[in-house]
Amino acid sequence: MTHLEMFITVTVVVATTVLTRFLPYMIFSEGREIPKTVTYLGKVLAPAVFGMLVVYCLKNVSFVSGTFGIPEIASLIVITLLYLWKKDMLIPMAGGTICYMVFIRLM
Amino acid sequence: MKTNVIQNAFKFAFPRTLPVLTGYVFLGITYGMLMSTQGFPVWLPTVTAFVIYTGSMEFLMVSILASSFHPLSAFATAIMVGARHLFYGISMLSKYRNMGWKKFYLIYTTSDETFSVNYSAVIPDTIDRGWFYFFVSLLDQLYWVIGATIGSLFGSLITIDLRGLDFVMTAMFTVIFLQQWLKDGTNPRTMLRDHISELIGILGSAACRLLFGPDRFMIPSMLVILTVLLIFRKPIEKNIDGKEARS
Repeated sequence: MTHLEMFITVTVVVATTVLTRFLPYMIFSEGREIPKTVTYLGKVLAPAVFGMLVVYCLKNVSFVSGTFGIPEIASLIVITLLYLWKKDMLIPMAGGTICYMVFIRLM
Repeated sequence: MKTNVIQNAFKFAFPRTLPVLTGYVFLGITYGMLMSTQGFPVWLPTVTAFVIYTGSMEFLMVSILASSFHPLSAFATAIMVGARHLFYGISMLSKYRNMGWKKFYLIYTTSDETFSVNYSAVIPDTIDRGWFYFFVSLLDQLYWVIGATIGSLFGSLITIDLRGLDFVMTAMFTVIFLQQWLKDGTNPRTMLRDHISELIGILGSAACRLLFGPDRFMIPSMLVILTVLLIFRKPIEKNIDGKEARS
């Protein structure tokens, strides 16, 4: 790619990404009443999205080859137990990440 | 008085961005290194990190820029990767209302991580919400840009074995998911009813991941989530209203 072509490509990607971010706010701008369906979705989408993001992070894990997802599963269990125990955010994150880093070096 | 408000918001925001600090600097370095090994100009990682500011898109950008010129396919990729911002926007519509000049920046810097931290934060009345959201967004973006810059400038000098550190992002989303789960109810007898959103998020995307593979399951997942939530709107709303009436 020439520099101009690179510039155009980056611009296209930036504009598109910005559009996906601003679109909901452009459609439902301030001062306008937000439709009931959208308010409803605003309440119930996020819990589903958090689930989706966890799956997204694990999308390349294979349960039938390699380490069989054992480091990931073990670390998720550690995170859950630490969270239920401490009800704090940072301790389970640190514990889970360390657990993962140890596991992938041992396996 | 005003500076106090800003300082307090910063002090409240900073600790909540620590996992993002770890994850973004690490991933940013990886991105910067990858870009520089492909022979792109040294400033490109920093600039793209700042203006695109979508990790997954930027990693794809490396291969897009390394291949032949094809703006339409770049557009299609950006739509696919960016589509989830629509969900974040809908979820933050009411929270980001009346934010004045900050609103533009808050929307512009929406990322998976910033959205998750801002949406799930329980902000006490003593903290200014606008400044809190602003600092979370600003700090997260800085982490990412700094990481990308370090990676492109000094990437080749880093010899410590940091493999697996990026798992901190998975850990963060898991904790936020658990937090949401406990918030939506702890009674095992009403589990299905209380956690329908979380369950459809996990199971729907896991099913789509199996069906469509790791690279093209996000849009189907979003469609499944949207469809199920709209089909079961009546019972879900009834359950939410019931919970709000009881609390």
